[in-house]
Amino acid sequence: MTKIMYASITKKIIMSLAGLFLTSFLVVHLSINLLILFDDSRQLFNEAAHFMATNPLIQTFQWVLFLGFIIHIIVGLILQIQNWLARPVRYDHKGSSELSFFSKYMIHTGAIVFIFLIIHFANFFVKAKFGHLAEIQYESGTYEDLGILVVQLFSDTGYVVFYVVAILLLGFHLEHGFQSAFQSLGLNHSKYTPVIKLAGTLFSIALTAGYIAIPLVIYFS
Amino acid sequence: MDLTLKIWRQASAEEKGKFVNYQVQNISHDASFLEMLDILNESLVTKGDDPVAFDHDCREGICGACSLYINGRPHGPDRGITTCQMHMRNFQDGETIVIEPWRARPFPVIKDLMVDRSAFDAIIQAGGYVSVRTGGVPDANAIPIKKRDADLAMDAAACIGCGACVAACKNASAMLFVSAKVSQFALLPQGRVEAQERVQKMVAKMDELGFGNCTNTYACEAECPKEISVANIARMNREFLAARIAAPKE
Repeated sequence: MTKIMYASITKKIIMSLAGLFLTSFLVVHLSINLLILFDDSRQLFNEAAHFMATNPLIQTFQWVLFLGFIIHIIVGLILQIQNWLARPVRYDHKGSSELSFFSKYMIHTGAIVFIFLIIHFANFFVKAKFGHLAEIQYESGTYEDLGILVVQLFSDTGYVVFYVVAILLLGFHLEHGFQSAFQSLGLNHSKYTPVIKLAGTLFSIALTAGYIAIPLVIYFS
Repeated sequence: MDLTLKIWRQASAEEKGKFVNYQVQNISHDASFLEMLDILNESLVTKGDDPVAFDHDCREGICGACSLYINGRPHGPDRGITTCQMHMRNFQDGETIVIEPWRARPFPVIKDLMVDRSAFDAIIQAGGYVSVRTGGVPDANAIPIKKRDADLAMDAAACIGCGACVAACKNASAMLFVSAKVSQFALLPQGRVEAQERVQKMVAKMDELGFGNCTNTYACEAECPKEISVANIARMNREFLAARIAAPKE
């Protein structure tokens, strides 16, 4: 047991590396998602989904991605439990002098994003991998119509609301996480840290807006 | 001004504590916060009650003895000062002031508002020193040091070890304190000699004592009476990472 215990800073460095890696995945995922908005036949999206599902490099890398999620979640939970244990008696008058507001809610935003992840997984990944999807004919060939699944889900009001809320929370999670990762890695500089913080905020807003735009456009069209 | 004080009373480390309300009257705006507590204690002693125990020593903001978590903030409402330097003009007539001890597992309450901060001493003992035999006093200009590095080391060395960073942190993390102590040596050539062992030993001791982990919330910097920068935490993270990577096989 003693040797499994990594130093607090080691765990933070693992968190930051896993977090940044998962962030890069979010960018790739969003760039493919956005394709669905560009043509009504969903051809671009279905072709891209087909590429992701069949490319051997992507398929191998998928396991690295799962590992990234598992590490980020488990190490995050360990850190959070240790943090709770570090203050057994709480304050009567809660403090509010934090400078990175969303850092206080990483476990909460993270937990809801995790629930979203499971539902999302059941809705798309499991169906695409193990279920039978309708096929659609394009000039370039026959593809599984994953796009229709997206369109169907995003016409359900309840699902759209849940999706938008979960993505907003993911945005809050990123707003703190992005700049925090650099600090944990020791990358703090009087000139560049303000740039990283601004870039992190803008990146979180852009990513959130991108993800949210898709269900809203589909729902209202 | 008249005030209601909601103060944590705890007879000893073993006994359970509770909040007790006290009324104080005719407090001057120019009184310091600790003077106000002195006035309360005098009235308690006169009545034959047990005075409220709190830490204090120099009362000029340099010793690090005073503490107190006042209305949700270590060292009270003003920025960049200790409790002893804070004055009653920060409060309104008729206000209720909640006064709590530092709350952290490694800082157990000794009595009332006093906590045992010897965990900080243990961290210093683990590596917060320079053990190089320097011989006689060298000339001041014998070792050239960049002005910028000297200034940064001095800023880090301004830490008085009061524990406000731990008290303010939602995780009761000691990272700002430890990073200031690591930085003040890491920035200077005399401290570089043992830098790699130092950062590993001090971080290991900090973890062992049960302080929480840093979540980069930066409440520590906001509440530090010496306004120590969280850039020191990043420096310690760098130092630690480099030391771990370069560490020889055990």
